[in-house]
Amino acid sequence: MAGSGTAHLRDRDDIVLTVEDLVVEFPLGRGRKVHAVSGVSFDLAEGETLGLVGESGCGKSTTGKAIMQVPRPTRGSVRLRGRELTGLHGDDLRKTRPQMQMIFQDPISSLNPRRRVRDIVGEGLSIWNRDRDGASRSRVDELLSAVGLDPETAGGRRAHEFSGGQCQRICIARSLVLDPDVLICDEPVSALDVSVQAQILNLLEDMKARYGLTMLFIAHDLAVVKNISDRVAVMYLGKVCEVGPAESLYARPTHPYTNALLAAVPRPDPEAGSTSVPLEGDVPSPVDPPSGCRFRTRCPRAQERCALEEPLVRPVGEDHFVACHFPVHAADAPADAVAGVATMS
Amino acid sequence: MSIAAELPVPPATPDPVDPLLEVRDLHTWFDTPRGMVRAVDGVSFTLRRGASIGIVGESGSGKTVLSRSIMNLLPKKAAVPASGEVLFEGRDLRPMSSKQMRSYWGPQMAMVFQDPMTSLNGVVKIGRQITEGLRQHLDLSRQDADAEAVRLLTSVGIPAPERRLGEYPHQLSGGMRQRVTIAIALACGPKLLMADEPTTALDVTVQAQILDLLARQQAERSMGMVLVTHDLGVVANRTDDIAVMYAGQIVEKASTRTLFRRMRHPYTEALMRCIPRVENPSHTRLDAIPGRPPDLAALPVGCRFAPRCRYAQPECLAENPPLFSDEPGHEYRCFFPVGTSAGAEALERNERAGSTAAGTTMDLLTKASA
Repeated sequence: MAGSGTAHLRDRDDIVLTVEDLVVEFPLGRGRKVHAVSGVSFDLAEGETLGLVGESGCGKSTTGKAIMQVPRPTRGSVRLRGRELTGLHGDDLRKTRPQMQMIFQDPISSLNPRRRVRDIVGEGLSIWNRDRDGASRSRVDELLSAVGLDPETAGGRRAHEFSGGQCQRICIARSLVLDPDVLICDEPVSALDVSVQAQILNLLEDMKARYGLTMLFIAHDLAVVKNISDRVAVMYLGKVCEVGPAESLYARPTHPYTNALLAAVPRPDPEAGSTSVPLEGDVPSPVDPPSGCRFRTRCPRAQERCALEEPLVRPVGEDHFVACHFPVHAADAPADAVAGVATMS
Repeated sequence: MSIAAELPVPPATPDPVDPLLEVRDLHTWFDTPRGMVRAVDGVSFTLRRGASIGIVGESGSGKTVLSRSIMNLLPKKAAVPASGEVLFEGRDLRPMSSKQMRSYWGPQMAMVFQDPMTSLNGVVKIGRQITEGLRQHLDLSRQDADAEAVRLLTSVGIPAPERRLGEYPHQLSGGMRQRVTIAIALACGPKLLMADEPTTALDVTVQAQILDLLARQQAERSMGMVLVTHDLGVVANRTDDIAVMYAGQIVEKASTRTLFRRMRHPYTEALMRCIPRVENPSHTRLDAIPGRPPDLAALPVGCRFAPRCRYAQPECLAENPPLFSDEPGHEYRCFFPVGTSAGAEALERNERAGSTAAGTTMDLLTKASA
């Protein structure tokens, strides 16, 4: 996997955000660099939620930030409603900011501890001069109620007086106050307890319905991603492995990596037994990624071709794409499909 | 240790097959300016030699303080001297000083922590961190200790262990670091391993590797293990017993199979229902548990879970339920248990009334978002 290509980009009128061949590299000096994101493409249609899933270090957060142009991508294109963002500077770029907002993993550290909740949530409005005639106050109150906080009691308090789940609600209110088109959620529930995680996931679904959001949901938990997403993209070491509708991708994973990720999900059922076929070893260093398919060093199906030639994204089902030379066929039983295939490392 | 003669024979415990660890009515309280924080409030359980138990609960349920209390790691000044015993092979650890505990930490009981980066010393080479205990407790020579360290690193699945001995923690990935902390914990062959959220900081694939590794080591060494986690999915097929904690108390305890088949406490049920599952279709509404656990400094008189419970009745607000049992080894703290006629009636009453006795609306409890 770990392939490139743009075959999975859709040609439709309702595409809000298109990311094409996005590359983000960080120089290390002496000509070496971290290949954080290497040619990632995907698109988001109006009102859709795309889940971006992968292990730590696969470049999923970097992708989210590069879409926001912080840091700017090294190469590639990011188009918001047809408008290219990578070339924009200064005031032109600033004017696109209200259209795209982000929420982060650690809700407590993303709130200024010295400011009151009402000021934190309303700051965007005053920056964009939308706070005339007390409109700001009612908008902030509306958002705080929408995320399940009482504006009267919560508005005057500071972040340390709230729990992690409540802080994430405040972050969500802040991100929605300017009525954005696209909301990028970077691991918004991974720091929270399961009970609170469920509250926040339900809240995001409510907010999406109420404010007509298009969401990019970045997470490492496959069950969480499936719950909230319409489509899912699996990333590995800076590349996209597999993209498809959530139902079809989870029911018929065709990339060996997707397969391994799904097998590793812990199931809250003692009868299920341990079905895990855990991947051996760790993700290779993004400084010196493997040649050809980047997953080949851990792939149970890898052949010689995988080292020589990078797989391109190609269709395997309706709106379902994979970047692999030897995909797992839907007919194969996922766990034993690997038996008898020569392993190369 | 030959202390078998001193082993007290607890009359209440059914079939005490040589218990390795017995926690009896343990209380750990902290005196704070806000009042007495009752972090662990009367916890009892028994762990047989070579068996494993999972302690499950939300943040603030007291599970970490419980594990630290068992290990006797809490600063004596902070914790209020309260009642209860932690019997390790029949000997109470609670009154022991840190100096006395040194002969236990390592060869008798060891711990794996949540964050492998902060539990390893960043400026000491991995080899020295592993051999420190070996040299201290087992009196090995430097060469023997190094050889043992290589063997340990191999057994926890670290490739090229000889080279790793000379490296620092920052040169390893998170999963590798956690393997090193497990190797350190296993070094002196402890009889009891405490693992406090050992995989929370790790990715799913690495989590599966680490949990398999812990289970394998536990079986091979017939070591007792206490696995503390907030995720029921993690313990579901990896421990013999499960104890669910809420607000400083164990609210349900049973063998893993029994707990999943016949869960009795509404909190256990709620924890199960709020986990998103890969089998379910996308956009399935999750049954979140509304609200938050109670403030441990201002606990309610009645059942501590009542304000968040779908089954809550007036009795629940008046009195904290004691532990009930309807089959051997299965205990729960509830007047209206799940899966019984009393529970079904209570739920039906609340559904008819539209709210529980604690005043929480049923609507909020079934598809809560706020």
